[in-house]
Amino acid sequence: MKVLIVGGGKTLYFLCRNFAARGYQVVIINRNPEECVQLARQLSATVVCGDGSDAGILKEAGAMGADAVLAITPNDQDNLVICQLASLKFGVPRTVALANDPDNAEVFEKLGVSGFSTTRIVGSLIEQRASLEQITNLLPVGEGRVNVTEIVLDDDSPVVGKFLRDIDLPENALVAVVIRDNRPIVPRGANDLLAGDRVVLITLPENHGPVLKAFTGERI
Amino acid sequence: MRNNRYIVIVGCGRLGSHLANHLSRAGNLVVVIDRDEPTFNDLSPDFSGFRVHGDATQMAVLREAKVKNADVLIATTHEDNVNLMVAQVARGIFSVPHVLARVFDPKREEVYAQLGIDTICPTSVAAEMFLRAVADGAAEREGTPS
Repeated sequence: MKVLIVGGGKTLYFLCRNFAARGYQVVIINRNPEECVQLARQLSATVVCGDGSDAGILKEAGAMGADAVLAITPNDQDNLVICQLASLKFGVPRTVALANDPDNAEVFEKLGVSGFSTTRIVGSLIEQRASLEQITNLLPVGEGRVNVTEIVLDDDSPVVGKFLRDIDLPENALVAVVIRDNRPIVPRGANDLLAGDRVVLITLPENHGPVLKAFTGERI
Repeated sequence: MRNNRYIVIVGCGRLGSHLANHLSRAGNLVVVIDRDEPTFNDLSPDFSGFRVHGDATQMAVLREAKVKNADVLIATTHEDNVNLMVAQVARGIFSVPHVLARVFDPKREEVYAQLGIDTICPTSVAAEMFLRAVADGAAEREGTPS
């Protein structure tokens, strides 16, 4: 597998080290001559010094035979153009662009380039981790537009002892399954919730926090 | 040419400010976007449009400039990639009917022509004019009218 990475900094360095350890052939494009010398010394990768959004430089870096191009420069416009040139001009099958501005992740997708935002990823990780130990499982589905969360109710939960129909749930949320003593129940309004129940919730990212709060109290 | 269009110009450098002044004077509603506020000083006193200070590669800035209502968007910054990205966003996401981008690098221009982005490459245009001038000069000296 041959991977071409455009960018610099620690992210690039550790990514390359990781890829090299897996036996990938890594080529780096970086426009800072001093950083290029450093990278070439530290990594077993080919380093090309130049502008990655220049077709000539991409060619020199061997874009023609690359399996993937990863653009992680601090400039969204460069990342977009790098990926577009790689796929349109050199036929690289997989290109991924970093969206520094989280809004641009969506923009890139609409323009046919697959994009990701570290801000968004780290943000949602913190949200999930910081939440609670009670949350035993969290699974984003539908490209992250829907969350499936499993939580365990304890004695302090404000919903314990209540009927489902009496729980004030935010819009667009669903209690999909209640697992009690290893027995799953698909609940209706007339079911109650008890401490120790494992509850599987379907939420949307925008109401995920409020829904969890409704089930666990104010501790989030 | 209709002169009451809503025109967004990205980049207020020499070219951007010139276009903005001209199009505003002709009666169009012009909005200029630039991330460097002092560049707005290049707008003439009779420029009657709006100035948006910000980076046009951010959706929030394009929304502030109401790009979705624009009839025309011209991307004139000195960075090819900014122009290409803004042009694509204007066309693909805000559905602006007429989008033009300045691209200095002829190799890049070629690729984006495939994507249906209208580009103007000052490098190729200037090269063509120089070559024609050189050819004309040679023809004159040889006494054969071109």
